[in-house]
Amino acid sequence: MREVNAKVIQQTVKELFLEANYVIGKDILDKLRQQYETEESPIGKSVLNQIIKNDEIAAEEKIALCQDTGMAVVFIELGQEVAVVGGDFNDAINQGVKQAYTKGYLRKSVVNDPLFDRVNTKYNIPAITHITIVPGDKITINVTAKGFGSENMSRIKMLKPADGIQGVKDFIVKTAVEAGPNPCPPIILGVGIGGTMEMAAILAKKATTRSVGEHNSDVRYARLEDEILNEINKSGIGPAGLGGRTTALSVNIEYFPTHIAGLPVAVNICCHAARHAQRVI
Amino acid sequence: MENNIRIETPVTDEEIRKLKAGDNVLITGVIYTARDAAHKRLIELINRGEKLPIDPKGQIIYYVGPAPAKPGYVVGPAGPTTSYRMDSYTPPLLELGLKGMIGKGLRSKEVINAMKEHGAVYFGAVGGAAALISKSIKKAEVVCYEDLGAEAIHRFYVEDFPAIVVIDSYGNNLYESEPPKYRIQ
Ligand code: SF4
Repeated sequence: MREVNAKVIQQTVKELFLEANYVIGKDILDKLRQQYETEESPIGKSVLNQIIKNDEIAAEEKIALCQDTGMAVVFIELGQEVAVVGGDFNDAINQGVKQAYTKGYLRKSVVNDPLFDRVNTKYNIPAITHITIVPGDKITINVTAKGFGSENMSRIKMLKPADGIQGVKDFIVKTAVEAGPNPCPPIILGVGIGGTMEMAAILAKKATTRSVGEHNSDVRYARLEDEILNEINKSGIGPAGLGGRTTALSVNIEYFPTHIAGLPVAVNICCHAARHAQRVI
Repeated sequence: MENNIRIETPVTDEEIRKLKAGDNVLITGVIYTARDAAHKRLIELINRGEKLPIDPKGQIIYYVGPAPAKPGYVVGPAGPTTSYRMDSYTPPLLELGLKGMIGKGLRSKEVINAMKEHGAVYFGAVGGAAALISKSIKKAEVVCYEDLGAEAIHRFYVEDFPAIVVIDSYGNNLYESEPPKYRIQ
């Protein structure tokens, strides 16, 4: 067994959330710049210009690129030959989040109870953690700071197998178009197809953390990603919803085996401020 | 962003009526912040007939919950939040003379009708441009509801705050007029 100290996990989680909140991925920034060149709408162009400038300022000054620094979501791939020592694993994650949000001047946006109290927990915890056990002796930590302007426009639907490819396409495009200006377009769509209801949603969230420009390794899904992206960009919604060709930057689909009677589809919308970071320890 | 129109707060009815959807505006002066929780409290006061901690007359409210300020900064990153959550609270404030709101995203029919009736404008700021926008905020202080943290009502002194008239006081709405121009059937 390889031993990993909980303190290392805590420190890594902290650093990843700071990095994610300050520095937008190069893949996203490159794509924004490319879209700026081709965007036909003058308002759309000016919006993209503001977003690019914003992301440059945030990275340079080490400040949050968006004030909604999100709810902390942490995907862990835990090698089965790793023993976590020196502390509680879940505590380490939450302490890492707490430190990033308090020491990094990030906004604390979590309330303790969704319905009755709604009192701020003050440290942006608890984090939402998804752990998968994998072979090997490494831990992969993949974090995302999920803003709720876009989270609120996400949808899940249990389609019928008969709805097929067209049904899936229609639902995804409709979700993006109905969201309109609210999720801060240009958006990135994370899509989970298959599994059970919760599995589709988790896949969709994970898919939002994939790099822009990277496709599903299955060519059929990769083609579907392109077709849906094209369809959404025909909507004219554009940057900030003020018209233009750049409504979505990427459609990222992940899939999983499902039941003979089902076709779950989850669409997790993420704004252009798609803040995620990953490290292997 | 050429042809910027400069406005100073507080704004008059006349100035507001001149603004047209699509105008790029640079705002200078005092603006107030409020999100869901602060709006709820303001409306409760109005319903009880009590005095508000801020007088909305001629003012602009910015829908924002800033991130904390780093040492040496006036304010943390401060971009707009999604406006529809404030829709049900908005008409009573427009009735009291609120002249402008800055946010992002769609507004309800009721809000737009009240804007037409009382003469008010809905400005859009770019969602997710929080670090950039914060550069135009020169002073920031909490007015009330400190217990709400980022959601407290702040008084911002802004200089050349960049916004675009998304819905004007005649109900012209960029969210409706612009996307069809770029739609491909
Ligand atoms: S949707 Fe994204 S970019 Fe827009 S305010 Fe929320 S976190 Fe920021």
